[in-house]
Amino acid sequence: MTINEIQNQIIEDFGMYEEWMDKYEYIIELGGGLAKFDDTNKTPSNIIEGCQSRVWLDAELKDGKIIFFADADAIITKGIIALLIQVLSDRTPQEILDSDLYFIDKIGLKQNLSPTRANGLVSMIKKIRTYALAYKEISKN
Amino acid sequence: MTFDIQKIRTDFPILSKKVYGKQLIYLDNGATTQKPQKVIDRISRIYSQTNSNIHRGVHFLSEKTTSDYENARNTVKKFINAKSEKEIIFTKGTTDAINLVAFSLGEYCVNEGDEIIVSQSEHHSNIVPWQLLCERKKAKLKVIPINEKGELIIEEYKKLLNEKTKIVSVAHVSNSLGIVHDIKTVTDEAHKYNAYVLIDAAQSVQHIKTDVQKLDCDFYTFSGHKIYAETGIGVLYGKEKILEKMPPYQGGGDMIKSVSFEKTTYAELPLKFEAGTSNYVGAISIATAMDYITEIGLENIAKYEAELLEYATQKLSSVNGLKIYGTSKNKAGAISFLLNDIHPYDAGMILDKLGIAIRTGTHCAEPTMKFFSIQGTARASFAFYNTKEEIDTLYKGLLRVQKMFGK
Repeated sequence: MTINEIQNQIIEDFGMYEEWMDKYEYIIELGGGLAKFDDTNKTPSNIIEGCQSRVWLDAELKDGKIIFFADADAIITKGIIALLIQVLSDRTPQEILDSDLYFIDKIGLKQNLSPTRANGLVSMIKKIRTYALAYKEISKN
Repeated sequence: MTFDIQKIRTDFPILSKKVYGKQLIYLDNGATTQKPQKVIDRISRIYSQTNSNIHRGVHFLSEKTTSDYENARNTVKKFINAKSEKEIIFTKGTTDAINLVAFSLGEYCVNEGDEIIVSQSEHHSNIVPWQLLCERKKAKLKVIPINEKGELIIEEYKKLLNEKTKIVSVAHVSNSLGIVHDIKTVTDEAHKYNAYVLIDAAQSVQHIKTDVQKLDCDFYTFSGHKIYAETGIGVLYGKEKILEKMPPYQGGGDMIKSVSFEKTTYAELPLKFEAGTSNYVGAISIATAMDYITEIGLENIAKYEAELLEYATQKLSSVNGLKIYGTSKNKAGAISFLLNDIHPYDAGMILDKLGIAIRTGTHCAEPTMKFFSIQGTARASFAFYNTKEEIDTLYKGLLRVQKMFGK
């Protein structure tokens, strides 16, 4: 599936939930299902400090695609990370750089991405793009 | 006047608002308070009827606004019982006021090797300006430790004081924990060494009646938006004889007597410290808010809020796995807590969807969080328009949060 196909899938999944609480229960479930992030990788260079919650992000290049690993100390943040990883992990650097993340707004979680929320997600998306840029350069060489 | 909670609630139009289809329960009063209709109307009236810059014009409107602004100063003076209007300076807020004192008093009396004292539980606004001063002057910042209940350890404080101590700056009520500190003792002990004392009253002026002359502190500061008035305005009280000696903080219009390239002379107090066009609308809104509070009676407010806090403490303590941070008996306005091992951000997000507004995070008090070895807390903070029913809803909300996170 392309990035946009997955985004549309997520929007459809969330469309089933009319109640906020159901939406959040689903996000909490997603957070719980996020692949385990090795604690030894929770290094200062992998941390994204927000004043509300902390996020860790690591990446590796495999067969021309970037695999992202991430974690957060708040479960709701973690759930949104799980969604971001579904969308952006295992993609080529160019796909990531070309992507337009519209699903967060569409599923009503934009509040989690406002800079004042400072939960680290905005910085995380920026860092994902930085990884993509860096790996694009590496791939060229 | 009797304390009529239903009447009071109707004075604050925002309280009837719904969020996400739920009745708003506003428990983030430590961050900012809501505004009574009287304050909203007053602000609106200024802009629709009398707006004009102060201290400049010869015309009718300017005179009217200038006199309203100076009357506001008088209202503030009375509210905290300062000796003179000259001791009341309008600032942008508490942060601005502390920066003013850290700069100007610092210029006046702090030299290399001198010492400044703050406490472990201060808001960043009452730490960073002093750190900047210490860097500038090669002075040393010392910290009053707190105990597990969140109280200042006065015995340790006494040991920190010496002839080198120039300034002691502490909050009356800690913003992150809601502890009421013994500022009278803090002040008296500092004065034994001729150190100046600043009281950060941002979290107390709206809850606790203070007489600055009785307290004898040298500076006392608070923000308008936390006392039911506008944002972007605050008050710095300073003893006249000290303010006289301090150099100006910022230069500009209104703070000068005469300007020439050879020599500029400064205006008398309090204008010396009010460079540029003041937020006169904000200042007048503070006076309106204070009049409103005085009408209800700050003592009545304090009594009601104490009951509310007691009720909330009991109710929250009855939640299994809830831990309150700051367990001193002397508290006002706020309860900081953690629910099991649920991240406060998660708890806050779910409560928000139930219409309950609380604050989560470090509350701009990272050293306090570090003391308790935690990343942050959830904080419910109260005003006199809150009710026991709202606390019951918070209680139910917390149970809901626990259920959602499998606790």
